[in-house]
Amino acid sequence: MGEILQPGTEAPRFEAPVTPDQKLSISDLKGRRVILAFYPADWSPVCGDQMSLYNMVLPEFRKLGAELLGISVDGAWCHQAYAKANQLHFPLLADFHPKGAIARSFGAYREGEGVAERALFLIDETGHIVWSYLSPIAVNPGADGILDALEGMPKLETSNG
Amino acid sequence: MAELRFPINDHDHVVGPADAPVTLVEYGDYQCPHCQAAWPQVELVLRRFGGDLRYAYRHFPISTMHPLAKPAAECAEFAGEHWLFWQMHSAIFANGHQLSVAALFSLAGQLGLDPAELRIALEQGRFAPKVEADFLSGVRSGVNGTPCFFINGKRHDGSYSAEDLIAAISAVGQNPSAQTINIRM
Repeated sequence: MGEILQPGTEAPRFEAPVTPDQKLSISDLKGRRVILAFYPADWSPVCGDQMSLYNMVLPEFRKLGAELLGISVDGAWCHQAYAKANQLHFPLLADFHPKGAIARSFGAYREGEGVAERALFLIDETGHIVWSYLSPIAVNPGADGILDALEGMPKLETSNG
Repeated sequence: MAELRFPINDHDHVVGPADAPVTLVEYGDYQCPHCQAAWPQVELVLRRFGGDLRYAYRHFPISTMHPLAKPAAECAEFAGEHWLFWQMHSAIFANGHQLSVAALFSLAGQLGLDPAELRIALEQGRFAPKVEADFLSGVRSGVNGTPCFFINGKRHDGSYSAEDLIAAISAVGQNPSAQTINIRM
């Protein structure tokens, strides 16, 4: 198994559907701080659901000037139903076609199972990875590492509201 | 390894002596079926250790999945103001399968609490800051689902069965000095 991309690396460019008829490109987020959270699958039937937890922590992420993107190999329709059911207020990217291409470019794809790793990347306003973390696939990594990493970044020059 | 960054303080609901060799802190959500199932297990653990264990419960409501978790937590805090936190806490968990706003008021009534006063407290969100503070302290400590336990400050990643909790607490209790809480705030 390879290694996930490490701090200092430029984040690979990508574009993927966020809704059945809308795409999001990493270049749309240039100048913003982005938390990219790869996870194996929508509809994990546990109370410790990572995306639901992050949804609750969203105001804290935004206070620290970061946007959150969830990403898995599920399709856009699946994401839409999942986001609606859990009232998620952040975009979910569909790394669906070609399957897992984005996860692979971050070193976060599990060939055997055909799903993304549970991996976190914090990308700064210049498009560079400043922090990354690979969690065991069955363990929700929580939000403490992301918040610590965000707090460790220099203050943003301009407010991004 | 996730660590509890906020030690027990005056705002916590605590059972057991301050000088107990082991401290167990739980983050829970009243509408979470796993937390509901865990409470009788925790009661077994408390009975097993008695005065050798200090236990605190903090709120970690995942409101989008469990819309009643926050009102229930605020209701428990309201009861706490009248020295009835644990009574309300147990009652909410015992009635977890039929939780509703009406059920919360009914439980409060059974404990002799004034429903009008409770209604005002919920409407004004009087206890919302406390519940929110609990939640954020959990987030910063690496709570990654509910229930989430910390034993002398270290996250317990085993199951919430009494057997697992007792084994983990016993292991720490035998060598408590090696498990000091590392506060990083």
